[in-house]
Formats: sequence, C-alpha cells, structure tokens
Amino acid sequence: MTSITSISKASFLQSSRLTGVIMYVSQLSKALLLPFIGIAVFLVLWSITANSINTSLGQFPGPVAVVGQFGNLYQEHVAEREKAAAFYERQETRNAARVAKEPTYEPKIRNYTGKETFLDQIITSLITVMSGFVLAAVIAIPLGIWMGLSRSLQAAINPIIQIFKPVSPLAWLPLVTMVVSALYVSDDPVVSKSFINSMLTVTLCSVWPMIINTAIGVSSIDQDLLNVSKVLRLSPLTHVNKIVLPASIPMIFTGMRLSLGVAWMVLIAAEMLAQNPGLGKFVWDEFQNGSSESLARIMAAVVVIGFIGFLLDRGILALQNWASWDKA
Amino acid sequence: MNWKTKFAQQLVKPLLFTLGVSASLTVTAVNAEVGFPEKEELKFGFIKLTDMAPIAVAYEKGYFEEEGLYVTIEAQANWKVLLDGVIDGRLDGAHMLAGQPIAATIGYGTQANIITPFSMDLNGNAITVSNEVWAKMKPNIAKQDDGKPVHPIKADALKPVVEEYIAAGKPFNMGMVFPVSTHNYELRYWLAAGGIHPGFYAPHKGDTSGQINAQALLSVTPPPQMPSTLEAGTIYGYCVGEPWNQQAVFKGIGVPVVTDYEIWKDNPEKVFGITEEFAQKYPNTTIRLTRALIRAAKWLDDNNNANRPEAVKILSQSNYVGADYEVIANSMTGTFEYEKGDKRAVPDFNVFFRYNATYPYYSDAIWYLTQMRRWGQIAEDMPDEWYKETAAKVYRPDIYAKAAQSLIDDKLISASEFPNFATETGFKAPQQHFIDDIVYDGTQPNAYIEKFTIGLKQGDKL
Repeated sequence: MTSITSISKASFLQSSRLTGVIMYVSQLSKALLLPFIGIAVFLVLWSITANSINTSLGQFPGPVAVVGQFGNLYQEHVAEREKAAAFYERQETRNAARVAKEPTYEPKIRNYTGKETFLDQIITSLITVMSGFVLAAVIAIPLGIWMGLSRSLQAAINPIIQIFKPVSPLAWLPLVTMVVSALYVSDDPVVSKSFINSMLTVTLCSVWPMIINTAIGVSSIDQDLLNVSKVLRLSPLTHVNKIVLPASIPMIFTGMRLSLGVAWMVLIAAEMLAQNPGLGKFVWDEFQNGSSESLARIMAAVVVIGFIGFLLDRGILALQNWASWDKA
Repeated sequence: MNWKTKFAQQLVKPLLFTLGVSASLTVTAVNAEVGFPEKEELKFGFIKLTDMAPIAVAYEKGYFEEEGLYVTIEAQANWKVLLDGVIDGRLDGAHMLAGQPIAATIGYGTQANIITPFSMDLNGNAITVSNEVWAKMKPNIAKQDDGKPVHPIKADALKPVVEEYIAAGKPFNMGMVFPVSTHNYELRYWLAAGGIHPGFYAPHKGDTSGQINAQALLSVTPPPQMPSTLEAGTIYGYCVGEPWNQQAVFKGIGVPVVTDYEIWKDNPEKVFGITEEFAQKYPNTTIRLTRALIRAAKWLDDNNNANRPEAVKILSQSNYVGADYEVIANSMTGTFEYEKGDKRAVPDFNVFFRYNATYPYYSDAIWYLTQMRRWGQIAEDMPDEWYKETAAKVYRPDIYAKAAQSLIDDKLISASEFPNFATETGFKAPQQHFIDDIVYDGTQPNAYIEKFTIGLKQGDKL
C-alpha cells in the first residue's frame, strides 16, 4: 500500500515537471541532436560512396580508414620524437669529442634534421597563416579606415583593389618566390625563405577583403555620429578612436573573417604548389607517394584542414564579441 | 657563339686536361686526414625515385652524422625546381639527372657551374606504355616457348602503332621527366633504334620543345605524376625511374616494355650535384659528404644486395619515396615485373656500388654530350677535345679520389673496391651492350655520333 501511494505521488510530481523536461529536451535536440543526425547521415553517405569508388590506388577511404590513419599519424609523431631525442644525444657526445680534440671549438646544437610529422605540419601551417593574416591586417585596417574617411583616396585606390582582389595565389606565388629569392639573401636566415614565400602569398590574397570591408564600414557610419564628432570638434585621432572605430568594428571583423577564410585556403594551395612546409605539402607529398595508404592520409588532412578553418572562423567571432563589448 | 671562343682557348692546351687530371690524382696519394667540415648544416634535395637511396641510407645509417654533417633531406616537386634550388643556394646539393650538371655547365637551359664528385647509380629506368598501346604492340612481338614475349622488346614493335596513330591524325604523345634527363635520351635512343623519329631540338632558333620532325612527341612530366598522366590519357607511354614503372603494373594502367638495362647495359644514371662554388668554399664538407655517400652506396650493394630489404623499408617511408613496400621492392631486390605476372630476374636493375658505379667517369659525361648533340640541344659541331674538356669541368674524379683514399686510410673500404686511381683515365673501355649493337667509345665522341641512322651528324645544322 505504502509503496503504491509513494509511486502515485512520485508520478504526480513527475508529470508536473514533464512539460519542463520536454521543452528542455526539444531545445537540446535542436542544439545537439540535429547536428548529430546531420553528421551521422554524412558519415553513412561517405561510407557508402567510398565503398563504390575504386581508384587505381585502391578503394576511396571511408571514415573508418581515416580514423585509423589518425592513429598512424600520431604514432609516427611519437616515433619521430624519440628519434629526435636520440639525435640530440648523439650530437652532444659528438660535440664533446670534438671539444676534447679541438678546445677552441664552440659546440653548437643543431635542430633535428628528420622529417616533419603531421602534427609539425599543422603547427607550421597555423604559424604561417597567422603571420600572413596579421601582416595583412596591419596593412589593410589602417588603409581601409583612411579610405573610408577620404572619398578621393577611395576613388584612387579602388580600381587597384578590384583588379588584384580576384588574383589567385597560384599567380602570385612565382612572383613572390622570385622576388623573395632576390631580396632575402642571408647566410644564416632567421626564418626560412619558404616561410616568407607562403606568408607573403597569404598576405597578398587576404588583404583585399579586409580593406574593402573596413572602408565600407567606415564610410557608412551613421551621419548623426559624424555630426556629434563635428559638434564636439574632436581631433582627427580622437574622431577615429571614439567614433569611427567603435562604429565600424562589426564590418571590420566581417572583413577579417572573410580574409582569414581566404588566407587559410590560399595557404594550403601555396604550400601544395611550392612544396613549402605545412599541411599543403603533406597532401602533395602523399599524392606523389602513391602508396595504398595515401588517399586515407590525404582525407585525414582534408578533415583537419576543414576543422582548423572552422576553428579559425570561430576564433575571429569570439574576438569580435570581445572587441565590441561596449555595444552589448 | 661563345662555345667557339672557348674552343679556341682549348685548342691551345689540349694536353693540360690529361695533365691536370693526373696531377690532381697524385695529390691523393698523400695520406692526409680530412679536416672538420666548414659547413655542418646542409640541405639536400631529391625527387621521389628509388635511386635517391644513397642519400636516404647515408642519413638513416648515420653516415652523414659520422662525418659531422647534419643533413636535412627534402623532396622536390620536379627536376626544374630542384636544379634552381641548388643554383640559388636553397639546397646545398641534390640527387640530379646526370644530364643536369652537364647541361647547366654548357648553358643549355639554366647556366650554372654545377659539378659532381659522385655518380649515384647505374640503370634503374624503364619505358612503360599504356594497356591500349601494349595490346596493339603485342602481336608484333615474338613469343617464348612459355607464351611470354621475348625480351628485350625493340621499338620496331611500336613503329606500326605509331604509324597507325599518325595516319589517323592523332599525335603519339609520350612522357619523359626533363629535357636533359637520362630518360629523354633513353626513350629517344630506344625509339630511334626502332626507326621512330623522336624529333630534334633547335635552341638557336628558340625551339626547346624537341619536336621538330618528330613521329613520337615527347614532353616533360615530373616522375611521380607519370602514372596519373598515363591514366588520364594525356600520354601513351613514358620513360621514368622506379618505382613509377612498377606502380603502373600494380595499378594495372600500363605495361613496362623495356628496361634501360636492356637499352644500354650498366648505363650511368643519377649523380650527386653541387655548385662549383660550394666545393671551393667548403672543400672538407665536399669530401665528407662524398665519403658518406660512397659508404651508403657500398652498404646498398654489400653481400650481394643483402641489405636491400632494409633499404626498401627506408625508401617506403613517406618522407622518402613513400610508395608501398612491395612496389619498391620489385625492382630494388633484383626482379622486374613486366606485364602483370611476367616477373623476371634483373639482378642489376639497380646498381649502386659494384662495377665502380659511384666513380664519375668522363666517358659517362661524354655520352650525355653526344646525345645532346645528336638531338640538336648542342646546335653545332664540337671537336672531340671540347667534349673531354666539358666532361672534366663537370665530373670531378679528383674529389672522389680524395674521399675514397681517406676511406681506404680509415680502413672502411678496401682499395680493391675502387678503381686504381694511379692509372685510371676516367674513360671506360668501349662499351658494347646497346640495344642497337652500336659500340660507344668515349674517347671518340664525333665518330660515335656518326654511327646513328637517326640524329644530327657532323655538319648538320637545323
């Protein structure tokens, strides 16, 4: 008896909570379940299609093969780190032996000369894309603001931007490579030429959306705000700081998001073409290897490239939310 | 032409060449320890081919490090990028086509003084045709008792196929890896021996396509891209190094018809190229890297190729050649698979050390020069002396001898495994094993050029 009443009490309590739970679940399902279903459907479709594509290098890799490759790539990274440790050890003994023989010799520790693993390539690509992007931002944002403030400057520069904006990285790369080779001459360079080449190509391709968006953002500031600035007789610098920048931040960030997207795509293409270190080189090397595992490894790289592109975009979005805090 | 002025200078001192060589060789008799390397951090380039093995082995077996050299090895996209890398100093040295340093020195393509103290290997290439072309060739080939085709297959079997394509108005396209590549000359040699004209170059008229009067049109494709280009139908056949012929067999997209071993037995293939400036600036480094490479080559051939399986494992790493173990193993371990299932023993398919494979013979360089002249890359007649002088500018047995002597002194390799440096002239005895039975004597380049039916001869100018 007691047990029955307690159950009925409990069920009553539950039913009163039920509507709340249902609402919660339906919200949760929209936030989590639907994307989950989307990904699941995609994976199933991918598996089915992969099974029916036979390339001359074997079957097109499905999700399972790609996950397996991630494991392999990580194992390779660990193995390479062990080799590197042994390399440094051997080097120290060798240096010590030479110092014993030739006391004036100043021993030097040289960087590991082995291969770059997948993880190394990811890091190289990230550093390159961020350097190129920051350089582009440093050029584009001030120029864009200036163009937004001055109609005549905008009229003068706009044609150049319109012409260079659609140029593909494949066209810039040979020029950049030759110019860098001619100008960047050093016996002991701080950063490698290939890094400079990739970075400048990225800059050249990603600078345009940022200039355009910044200029549009600045030139379309609410007339009322401009009037306020005039009334207060703000100095040009204060005008930019207090009025122009806060008002045009959303557009500037839109430009930055576009640019970073372009920068990431351009970088991978440039690395593939010029064999500069990074994920693009990884993809091209694997394509050239033509091993039975190559396609799965390329697919793994493709997934990583996409995922990093997504994270970069989210990163800029987060930065935008942080930067425009005063508007919230 | 500037060659003529050079030639005039050279006429005055035809003897200095031999004198210079023997003088430099006597120096090596002095037992001197090699000093520490001037440059310790080096970057070497290579193309994904099995014959880059000495570089990979010298790294993996620690031979470079034992010389105090910290070497980074980097795959290059194609032969042009690799050559430019060495010329502009991005690379300190590279696995090169034997024709590249020679062509650079005579100013065909990019002008640069590139030398080689080390010849990397003998043989290692093959000519592959698409399945379709093979099906058409096959009826023209005699069969053994077991039904398999008789090897070597001559281009005579291909001739009717090419003629059929031409009659139908379709260009017969074939791929090779570089205008001055061994592969270009081998493919041309094989085609011409079978009566198919591969076309002339006329650089003095700005024609560097090499398709003047051609029946088969040859164009450049980087080695690793050969199979996919054949698969795409852009070319009907190609000449390339391993593993890209065996890859075609594994992929089922083509059939290797002839190896370069059959076109010219024990032909020189790749060299290790550095700039002359590098060798002058860093003499100890140059000798030390040569030492490491010689040791690697010896390791590759030791005990009747006993180390080859391990070498294949190294080469199949993704940072070297990267193809599957089985594909690389086919040619590296002494067999070669022609048509699928037709596996034959070719123990000398890749030779890295025996038969003095690493010694830079002048006669090898001169053979390349004769082919450059034969196909018009050298536009005008040159006297025999010019051939010898040019070879001596590029091939540097003096550096090799120093490195070898120090290895002998260190008791790492015995003197009997090297040529006798006191008497070695740099000229191999006349070589006979060519697919068209023409004998090559490196001391008589002009007389040799005269022997070919197809090709430019004395006095010919396009």
